[in-house]
Amino acid sequence: MAEQKNAIAFVAREEKPQLPAPASTTGAVGWIRENLFSSIPNMVLTLLSIYLVYVSLPGIIDWVFLKSVWTANSLDECRQISREGACWAVVNERFGQFMYGFYPQELRWRPTLAFVLMLVAYAPLLFDKLPGRKALLLLTLTFPLAAYALLWGGILGIEAVPSNKFGGFLLTLVIGVTGISFSLPLGILLALGRSSDLPFIKVLCVTFIEFIRGVPLITLLFVASTLLNYFLPPSWSFDLILRVIIMVTLFASAYMAEVIRGGLAALPKGQYEAADALGLGYWQSMYLIILPQALKISIPGIVNTFIGLFKDTTLVSVIGLFDPLGIVQPILADSRWNGLVVELYVFVAAFFFIFCFAMSRYSMYLERKLSTGHDR
Amino acid sequence: MVKKILPVALGAALGVAGIAGAQAGTLDDVKARGELHCAVSTGLAGFSYTDADGEYQGFDVDYCRALAAAVLGDGSKVKFTPTTGKTRFTALASGEVDVLSRNTTWTFSRDADLKFTFAGVAYYDGQGFMVPKALGVESALQLDGATVCIQTGTTTELNLADFFRANNMSYEPVPIETNTEARQNYLAEACDVYTTDASGLAASRATFENPDDHIVLPEIISKEPLGPLVRHGDEQWSDIARWVLNALVIAEEKGITAANADDMAANSKDPEVLRLLGTSGELGAMIGLDKDYALKAIKAGGNYGEIFERNLGENTKIGLARGLNAQWTQGGLLYAQPYR
Repeated sequence: MAEQKNAIAFVAREEKPQLPAPASTTGAVGWIRENLFSSIPNMVLTLLSIYLVYVSLPGIIDWVFLKSVWTANSLDECRQISREGACWAVVNERFGQFMYGFYPQELRWRPTLAFVLMLVAYAPLLFDKLPGRKALLLLTLTFPLAAYALLWGGILGIEAVPSNKFGGFLLTLVIGVTGISFSLPLGILLALGRSSDLPFIKVLCVTFIEFIRGVPLITLLFVASTLLNYFLPPSWSFDLILRVIIMVTLFASAYMAEVIRGGLAALPKGQYEAADALGLGYWQSMYLIILPQALKISIPGIVNTFIGLFKDTTLVSVIGLFDPLGIVQPILADSRWNGLVVELYVFVAAFFFIFCFAMSRYSMYLERKLSTGHDR
Repeated sequence: MVKKILPVALGAALGVAGIAGAQAGTLDDVKARGELHCAVSTGLAGFSYTDADGEYQGFDVDYCRALAAAVLGDGSKVKFTPTTGKTRFTALASGEVDVLSRNTTWTFSRDADLKFTFAGVAYYDGQGFMVPKALGVESALQLDGATVCIQTGTTTELNLADFFRANNMSYEPVPIETNTEARQNYLAEACDVYTTDASGLAASRATFENPDDHIVLPEIISKEPLGPLVRHGDEQWSDIARWVLNALVIAEEKGITAANADDMAANSKDPEVLRLLGTSGELGAMIGLDKDYALKAIKAGGNYGEIFERNLGENTKIGLARGLNAQWTQGGLLYAQPYR
């Protein structure tokens, strides 16, 4: 009896080992059940998607890889070898032009070196846990000068390369990276100016922002490429790429200013008042309290503007600069390749996708890193 | 081919008015610079394109090289500026380039209103029609009710409307932006007919997978005289541009080629050949050049016929016949003024 009582009055002395979750909710099976076949509409959509992939994927793989032609001398040769595959031979032959434009063959190590330096110089800005970050930041400060010397030359005994030789992805990166780097600080200043109490600065910033936002980028590019020549003496040949970079930067900074102003407006008024109550001056409060929060809020918008700017660099083909899209034109005009379209544009699209996707992933990384738990 | 350029034209006209005085001595500028600035197209089959080494090639490009050879003695001393239909006139008017060689149609308003001077006609083009053979059409007069792919904002658009109105026919336009787009639309049968300059039609047709399934109709409905142009107001420079072009045409007429030019200069019996190549007389000095400028120009890329055959002729993929662009002695329109 007593024994029985003991058996009923059970006291757990140790935790029972946890049973594994039911097989149907874990692992691959569970994931599939939960995400792909959780309801009848989902099931239908899943099957439909699988069917679509099944139908289209073999064709795409065939076209891109299996039946494509990598070396040929002309479109006709390509078609003789394979009629169903892509003719990557044109990209293969013109790869140098896609990368560097008409940059002299023997000097192409210079843009390549500049690109590597760029990666090194931007790394400490992008990742704050990098070892030796302080030393690298010094390098970052000198990078603009180094890049200019490497790309254009003409100083320090480096052979000069005229800017009409620039083209391809080199041009995209030069315009895009410079525009991105300068538009953020400019945009911050403009945003602060716009919300400033000083009437003169405020009017100046508002006028600038509204003017730039009210004018299409293409108009500014035309101004840069043609109208500026009328106002400057003929002997001044102010570098076209430089003019374009300035216009693109101004354009992006106006948009940037509005994005950041959104961030500033989203901060509770209490933050401003708290900064004042602590006795901080204007710049101190901006630097220590307001901007770190406002910029964090604006990250998606900022990166959005960056990506937009990067893609907008293709507009320069309208004023006769050979960015990757522009360089497609003279290639198509070569009678050996005339008639090819898709391959060239697919290649350019792939390039842009890689860069824009990388930027977007970085912004998400940054958001996660800076997240202070306000969102759930 | 021929984009409407009203806004740019306004700017160009303003600009020329403002700087006409500063642009007097183009020849001196070019010589001092040691480089000819020449505007070409960003890409048009046969006329200007870049080869695998990034060098410019084509019919329009070869004219620039000949001009550079005549002025500077070296056909490679050219800086090519790629221009679009929209930027070409401002590039010339603003002084960014010295000459515009970009298959530009010579029209009254461009000559008079935009303040340019055409050096001559380098290529006689005209607007034509291309249709699929399966359509069974043999003449443009049978195109009543057709859908037509047409580049917007060009003179071809206006010519098309004129032609159909004059012949009391109707059509449905499919407006498109670029040649490439036109090609895709036409091949996808979004339109029955594709119309643009005949040289462009031939170039497009040559790149089809089955060119024989398409025919270019015999009617040419417009005149498109294409040629190089320079700014108004510098007569010496426009004379140079004109006579370099003429020299290439005369050279073909007289049988002077890049290969035999030196020989002809030394041994020819024809007085006009001797004058042209600078063996006798000092005619080059009249336009401020060396007396053998034409010899250098011809040696740079050959005579007109050689340039044509190399870039557009029947042995190239574009495969254009000489047609109107034959010498006047061969039933064409090339008729250079006498060289004396």
